[in-house]
Amino acid sequence: MREAGIKDDEIVRCRDGSPLSPAQAARRRWLAVLARASLAELEAIRGAIEGVIGDHAPPRLLRQPEIGMTMLRGRMGGTGQVFNFSEITMTRCTLQLADGRLGCAYMSGRKKNEARLAALIDALLQDPDHGERLIALAIDPLSAEQAARARQRVDKSAPTKVEFFTLVRGENPA
Amino acid sequence: MYVAVKGGERAIAAAHQLLAEERRGDPAVPELSIAQIEQQMSLAVDRVMSEGALYDRDLAALAIKQARGDLVEAIFLIRAYRTTLPRLGYTLPIDTGRMAMRRRISATFKDVPGGQVLGPTFDYTHRLLDFTLAAEGANVSPPQQPSINNPAPIPPMPRVTDILAAEGILAPEVDIDAGDTIADLTREPLAFPADRDARLQALARADEGFLLGLGYSTQRGYGRSHPFAGEIRMGAVSVEIQPEELPFPIDIGEVELTECQMINQFKGTAETPPQFTRGYGLAFCQGERKAMAMALVDRSLRAAELGETADSPAQDAEFVLCHCDNLEASGFVQHLKLPHYVDFQAELGTLRTLRAERREAAE
Repeated sequence: MREAGIKDDEIVRCRDGSPLSPAQAARRRWLAVLARASLAELEAIRGAIEGVIGDHAPPRLLRQPEIGMTMLRGRMGGTGQVFNFSEITMTRCTLQLADGRLGCAYMSGRKKNEARLAALIDALLQDPDHGERLIALAIDPLSAEQAARARQRVDKSAPTKVEFFTLVRGENPA
Repeated sequence: MYVAVKGGERAIAAAHQLLAEERRGDPAVPELSIAQIEQQMSLAVDRVMSEGALYDRDLAALAIKQARGDLVEAIFLIRAYRTTLPRLGYTLPIDTGRMAMRRRISATFKDVPGGQVLGPTFDYTHRLLDFTLAAEGANVSPPQQPSINNPAPIPPMPRVTDILAAEGILAPEVDIDAGDTIADLTREPLAFPADRDARLQALARADEGFLLGLGYSTQRGYGRSHPFAGEIRMGAVSVEIQPEELPFPIDIGEVELTECQMINQFKGTAETPPQFTRGYGLAFCQGERKAMAMALVDRSLRAAELGETADSPAQDAEFVLCHCDNLEASGFVQHLKLPHYVDFQAELGTLRTLRAERREAAE
């Protein structure tokens, strides 16, 4: 199921043109969920993960949470040649766990605390032993909630669906 | 010419204090919060983001508050702020075909596949002042639309223009891989002749009023292009980037956009049969008037490319693109009020001499 406007995995390709591995697809999915999460939601996810794996050594920040912009690109006519449309604020962060696992976060907006937490969660979710359990516990419920929120926003417009009729001029045939 | 002046520090500081006081207004009236502006002045926020060329609702709301609601001043504040932020890269091209649509209309087909959805629009309102909104303290909440619990995923929706282009009746928009040659006005200034990528970027941040007037002029006959609003869609689109440290692209969140596909008068050549041509408009959130005006002007600026005579203002790329930015326009117009004493003294001297010479000649 497509969540909150996220592209289906089938059409996404790696930089080298190859399809995503299941592990890459899973990571891509949770990064999208984390990018849309509030600070409170991220805190809750970290709490849930640490409840399973216990304490861990504090991560080393490779890139401090950094606020910047990225240039949003569009296509002429929606499908044509690419053009630079306008910029959007973005925050990024990269860190490393004691065992070498790297965690990263990229999210729209100015969200340093959120980015630091999301990068930590990204690293923790790449757990070789508990990975699937952590995803089911921490990511799946929020993902479903985000999808429902996106759906609800679209569904609000459903009653405004309109049927226009054209009127025939002159006398209608009997 | 403007010559630098010194002094006036105390007066300037006092003027800024007075400005802050006026901004706050009567202290007996509650102060506006950023969240109130963001939520309840949302179309002003949309405009400041489009023309400020930076998508960030909180920053735009803050700019509007600081600028006392002067949107052009707020746009200036956003443009100034964005110069302090590092550029972290480019997104992948957004796919408006996968928009989670809250509004979608077509003026060309009443039975467009997927249907037409009006969404939150001023269209078809009577434009009568609603005094219930002024009922202070009455706290009238608008009726909530019933919420439908629809578990189905949001389906991709083909664009009207995709359907027409597949038939060959509308000129296709094909992705030619322009690679690193895509114009970026934030890195390189505009140069002429300007290609369509540079023109679209300039129009995207252009003043809505200026584009609206130009678009209107094409409808009134100055560079007529017989437009139809093929499709207007509004909704959220996910934003993807390709980070350096990952081999696959990731999703960083969503932006709300309005896209306008204008379908225009057709033409054909000896090689190609006649087909409709296109104009494209894109604006943040609900900037619908802006997106429509942009689509009209995009099409009129394609005159040379489509072999039309370009003799109207809206078809003149240099005229349009050099004057469409309200930051530049307002800066140059408003600099006239800064002290020009030396300059004016020189002109005054010349004029007095000329008048004296004329008087002497007459005597």
